[in-house]
Amino acid sequence: MKRNIILAILISLSPFFIQAQIAIKAETIYTVSGSPIRNGVVLVSKGKIEQVGLAADVSIPAGYKVYETKVLTPGFVDARTLVGISGSLNIPTDQDQLEKSGPIQPDLRAIDAYNPEEALVKVVRDYGVTTIHTGHGIGALVSGQTMIAKTKPGTVETVTIQPLCMLAMTIGPSVSGNFSSPGTRAKQMAMLRTELLKAQAYVKKQADKDSSKRPAEDLKLDILAKLLKGDIKALITANKANDMMNAIRLSKEFNFKLVIDGAAEAYRIIDDIKAANAEIILHATMARNDGDLLNMNRESAAILTAAGIRVSIESGYESYVPKTRVILFEAAQSTAYGFSFTDALKSITLNPAILLGIENRVGSIDKGKDADLVLFDGDPFEYVTKVCTVIIDGEVVSDTCK
Amino acid sequence: MLKHALLVTAFCCAGIVNGQDKPLVLKGALVYPVSGAPIPNAVMIVHKGKIERIGPAGTPVPADAVMMDVTGKVIMPGLVDTHSHLAGPDGADASGALSPDTRAMDAVNPTSDGFKKALAGGITTINIMPGSGYLMSGQTVYVKMREGKKIEDLLLINERGVYGGMKMANGTNSMRTIAGFPGTRAKSAAMVRELFVKAQEYKAKFVKAGKDSSKFPERDLRMEALVEVLGGKRMVHFHTHKSNDILTALRLSKEFGFRVVLHHVSEGWKVADDIARAGAPCSIISIDAPGGKMEAVNLSLTTGAALTKAGALVGFHTDDGITDSRLFMRSAALMVRGGMSREKALEGLTIAGAKMLDLSNRLGSLEKGKDADFIILSGDPFSIYTHVEQTWVEGVKRWDISNPADKAFLTGGYDVYGADRAEFHHHESEEGSAE
Repeated sequence: MKRNIILAILISLSPFFIQAQIAIKAETIYTVSGSPIRNGVVLVSKGKIEQVGLAADVSIPAGYKVYETKVLTPGFVDARTLVGISGSLNIPTDQDQLEKSGPIQPDLRAIDAYNPEEALVKVVRDYGVTTIHTGHGIGALVSGQTMIAKTKPGTVETVTIQPLCMLAMTIGPSVSGNFSSPGTRAKQMAMLRTELLKAQAYVKKQADKDSSKRPAEDLKLDILAKLLKGDIKALITANKANDMMNAIRLSKEFNFKLVIDGAAEAYRIIDDIKAANAEIILHATMARNDGDLLNMNRESAAILTAAGIRVSIESGYESYVPKTRVILFEAAQSTAYGFSFTDALKSITLNPAILLGIENRVGSIDKGKDADLVLFDGDPFEYVTKVCTVIIDGEVVSDTCK
Repeated sequence: MLKHALLVTAFCCAGIVNGQDKPLVLKGALVYPVSGAPIPNAVMIVHKGKIERIGPAGTPVPADAVMMDVTGKVIMPGLVDTHSHLAGPDGADASGALSPDTRAMDAVNPTSDGFKKALAGGITTINIMPGSGYLMSGQTVYVKMREGKKIEDLLLINERGVYGGMKMANGTNSMRTIAGFPGTRAKSAAMVRELFVKAQEYKAKFVKAGKDSSKFPERDLRMEALVEVLGGKRMVHFHTHKSNDILTALRLSKEFGFRVVLHHVSEGWKVADDIARAGAPCSIISIDAPGGKMEAVNLSLTTGAALTKAGALVGFHTDDGITDSRLFMRSAALMVRGGMSREKALEGLTIAGAKMLDLSNRLGSLEKGKDADFIILSGDPFSIYTHVEQTWVEGVKRWDISNPADKAFLTGGYDVYGADRAEFHHHESEEGSAE
């Protein structure tokens, strides 16, 4: 009996132990890293991309399960989302993105909040999103940490690529609504500078040759120290030009790596962004143009790319219906506003992979990369085209056309 | 040379503006009249704000007509948005859950730049509604996207002699913990029934009085509006999501005999046959991901297919600011992705909505004698690569993508939209009440 149970467990788990070997024949393969391949084949083995090439050049070994599709793309990488942390029900018990007990909380870890089984994780996975940069939300000066995960089913331990990725921060009026202080922009900056000065002193003391003079471990300052030392980037949500300039000024004063999230008015300060080497995660193309986004421009992705700025299009944060956006739809929409097909596809694959520092694993269809792939029944950006199969780490995780 | 060019421009524009006086002929487009089969390479004649004739290539045109070559373009009727919150339609307030006497027409800003969004999205007719935070938040207003300074300039009086419906809601949005509001679903229905019983009594007094005006009951704004609802003159537009709430709306409609359009209908796919059997039209919306509130977790892009297959009349709405008026055609396209037929989706954007507003006698399809409300598209209506290029209302071009000032309303940008827009106000309060 006991042996039978063990056997049953082994059988039921076997797909996860024996990595599937898959061959995908596609009319068009958008590798993203190179030119599209017409009539191509991708071989998948042991969770990785084994081979990519023309159907005429790649022979499919026996035993490979063969899929045929019109279009094949890399799995999509969402540069900034709150999926898995800000849940679909939108009730207090499934909203873990913003802790309001204080405006500066760098010690809050995303891995302690992320729920891989949250309904929206599956929603975006079924639309081809295979990697997400998720974590703490907007609305606090420092709301907490972010992480990178695959959207496949599992526990946080098995799906996480990087438990600590960036430090989520916000500059602008949305912070003041959540706390009694800061109530103004100047106070926001004063509070951030004060905290970062403390972190500078902490870093200095940490380096003391006399170990007895080194400071006691401080969870908050530890993370800010990582920021100052360049181990992690600051992910600052700012949309109005003046708030973005505040973020740039802060990054110059404390010499940290800056990623501006939202960036609705980036098109007004292109030279400053480039001079500061700030990276850009652009708001959803279909974001609502109110509040800080009143002046958003749906041509921003095209304008910034033409200016030489690498653009990633995010799903971002939504407080109401829809509870999340879908980067496939957002990138698609940008093509109706001057963005080329190639650049739009890049903005949700290779560009965010580079931004997140995981381009050696995801973001394009290349030999040796993770086998994260999306099969479409037509042009991936067309409204009526469906995502039919999604593969993560060589496993089929979605097999229904949506 | 420049002067010459200006002269030409002035001449051509004058010709277009006066398209109502002289016949305007649009030649060469693929026309979807919606009332019939698509006409390739069509000739469409517009005169005095009306469609005069649509025919195949070779259809004779009046000698004095202004000719417009639209070869390669696609023309379809102006879109009908059956549910929008553009331009600040504040209806009821927290003084009560049932406010049939409030009118959106008294609140809407007729010069709102939000209407530019509608025009950029190809929308020419809108049912502007107060919010769903109340069981009955007031009278809606049917408007045409004409140029206007006052709300009267925009009003559309329908076949039944009214220019609006009655907004109702059930489910969680209209439940609150403050006095005078229901805390449960059963209480919600009981409060509505109590009000309609009173309205029936009020109406009975009129019937009893016959033509003797001395025996009419005293004027009562709340009751007067409900008598219009009971008599089928004023359509009820009922916000409802979950399948049990949908069935409650149908039950109330049956009990009191009012005509109802079901709005949102997120779980309509679960009770599609019941909806079709009741003959209730459905105004639906496409949302990119389910959730955001408890009753929206089961919404699906298959709703359009399920309802049309069951035989229900299906139209669309933006619920602007929930979805943006500029993306209205996308809503229909996503339902096509979910299995709805292209034909039903085209009808859903146009004639189906017109029927729900009792306006199908004058708009919603391109037919002789109907309002010349039409849009010129760069390509297939359901392709993401297609743009609305021009939006025409009653024979007047109201929006043109080739005009940079108009195009700015499509793309957005610095200082394009005014900071005083209040359109999203309703949804913030709705969010507050969603709990």
